[in-house]
Amino acid sequence: MSGDSKEIRFQGAGVSPGLARGLIHVVRDDLEDVVRYPIERSQIGNEIARFEAALVQTRVQILEMQQRIAEAIGAKDAAIFDAHLLVVEDRTLIDEVLRRLETERCNVEWVFQEVASNYAETLSKIDDPYLRERAMDIQDVTRRIVRNLQGKAPKPLLSMGEPHILVAHNLTPSDTATMNRNLVLGIATDLGSSTSHTAIIARSLNIPAVVGLHDVTEKLESGQHVLLDGYTGALIVDPAAETLAYYGEVELRKGLITKELKRLRETPSTTADGRHIVLSANIELPGDVESVAENGAEGIGLYRTEFLFVNRDTLPTEEEQYETYRKVAERVHPDPLIIRTFDLGGDKLAVGMVDVGDELNPFLGWRAIRFCLENIDIFKTQLRAIVRASVVGNVKIMFPMISGLEELRRAKEVLEECKKEIGSTKMGRMEVGAMIEIPSAAISADALAREVDFFSIGTNDLIQYTIAVDRVNERIAHLYEPTHPAVLRLLKMIADAAHANKIWVGVCGEMARDVALIPLLIGLGMDELSVGSTSVPRVKMAVRSLAVPECQQLVSDALQLQTSSEILARCLDVATKRYGDLLG
Amino acid sequence: MGLLNRKPGSTKQPLKIEKELTVINPLGLHMRPAALFVRIASRYRCEVWISKEGEEVNGKSIMGLMMLTAGQGSKLKVRCEGVDADKAIEEVVASVIEAETGERVFSVEDIGLN
Repeated sequence: MSGDSKEIRFQGAGVSPGLARGLIHVVRDDLEDVVRYPIERSQIGNEIARFEAALVQTRVQILEMQQRIAEAIGAKDAAIFDAHLLVVEDRTLIDEVLRRLETERCNVEWVFQEVASNYAETLSKIDDPYLRERAMDIQDVTRRIVRNLQGKAPKPLLSMGEPHILVAHNLTPSDTATMNRNLVLGIATDLGSSTSHTAIIARSLNIPAVVGLHDVTEKLESGQHVLLDGYTGALIVDPAAETLAYYGEVELRKGLITKELKRLRETPSTTADGRHIVLSANIELPGDVESVAENGAEGIGLYRTEFLFVNRDTLPTEEEQYETYRKVAERVHPDPLIIRTFDLGGDKLAVGMVDVGDELNPFLGWRAIRFCLENIDIFKTQLRAIVRASVVGNVKIMFPMISGLEELRRAKEVLEECKKEIGSTKMGRMEVGAMIEIPSAAISADALAREVDFFSIGTNDLIQYTIAVDRVNERIAHLYEPTHPAVLRLLKMIADAAHANKIWVGVCGEMARDVALIPLLIGLGMDELSVGSTSVPRVKMAVRSLAVPECQQLVSDALQLQTSSEILARCLDVATKRYGDLLG
Repeated sequence: MGLLNRKPGSTKQPLKIEKELTVINPLGLHMRPAALFVRIASRYRCEVWISKEGEEVNGKSIMGLMMLTAGQGSKLKVRCEGVDADKAIEEVVASVIEAETGERVFSVEDIGLN
């Protein structure tokens, strides 16, 4: 950085990748001034007529925007406007306005504003950040109605005739519908997260975006020159020459990476020194199977089957399950499909069938294999369906939440019963595995390894149980550390036990998709990594950039370290050296 | 007029049916699935009510549904009352599932439940 440069940096969250450079256009969200004035009883009819006219006008505007977005991006993104139309037609809202017109006897825009802000206030108090953000959709419509009542033109958002970077407090669906996307080089907003409307639209339009910049609209003026980094979330005002040069290089490299990731789809996931790491995908719904091959995964490492139970009153039949499993197996054949038996109970309830009851500690409660072994009919129905689907030839099965040997043996017995019932002609060879996600299973992995064909490590639960931290709890979420020395030791015990018994071991938790930790997992000797399909190319690139000896060295160094942050730093050293561009 | 001499039994007994649902979508019951629910509920003559922890709202009102603030894991009760309640409940419940699955494929990458 040069001493005389006056560049200013703002840090937000990068939600749509890419770089943009240009002049900014700041849009401030001016609240409509609504005055209250009393009306005569005789004027109420007139106010109602004005209200109706404004609703009709709003409806027309929304339909126009919907059309525009549907043409520009696609019907899926335009669907949000269906919800907006329902707000305009909402009986509860309209009736409340009409009722208050009678009781308050004042102009309809004031009444409407009052009613609408009551709703907005309730929504802004929601704890759930996702739902809180949706309050914006409702505001988007109600503000539009107010403007129409006032006879004002719709918000003139982007009348800029030149390419620019759009800076706004927040973008509503109407804003994105009316913006000229050919002229918007990048988007920066005060509010928002990776799931907000702005982020979703920006990604589908391939416009780089940074959100969560707090009060950046207050600090910037239209016409300033900025550089926006949609990868790391930086917004740099008046970037210095060095910064521009640096980003020029970044742009070049990122362009190469995108090409490289596409090319990787067809390449095997072998380390630089030739060790093959099976890279497979986690899926949840049968529809997800399409993305498995698209992203270059070698089959499915975790097929969650709970979706079969969601929101229904009847148990899924053996036939229905068989059909579902068989189709997925055929789709990925000859690559393997690993089916995890039901992980029901705990927070994942089977509504309407078995009363799990309220548990004080559902994560330590009656769930997964514990639940299945006591609801033997549900369990056997699934096992029979899986055994039948194994005729395709590539099906493997694994049991979740195994805590010890007896549980595993009992589950295998039930499986054997099912196999006998079905008969050997109607099934194929099927590997049986245990998920290792409870510390007791990790510690007794040597005993378990003798009785299964593979281990799959569910790192999310393993970390949660090991450190006794519920990462959904914001107060303690920072304690959830995949590089905790205790976690590392457990992972080592599991991998060593597997290899001592000549079985393979994989990781299907989120740890496997964190490219900073891939060196650690390879060094530990993991044979398989299973991640969400869209993460496969990145993980593959990481695998291909590493060599086994340096990863093994990393593990032996890490085992000597005492804290999570030291271990993480060592992992990052290796990752940065080999594929720094993939990080961050 | 027919009102007074209507024969007993000539009208169908209004039905009342309830079902329970759990919101599995990590984004909760947000605008899109809520909109689908309202549109389908509005096709039926019966009343549709939906409640969370005792708070009940009109299932034909999107504002009502949003006010439920049903995040992931919320348990909802749907109640349909009226002549076509049986069909209505089937379809509104199915709508929630459809929206949920559509949404998952759409925006939720590996959310890491293992």
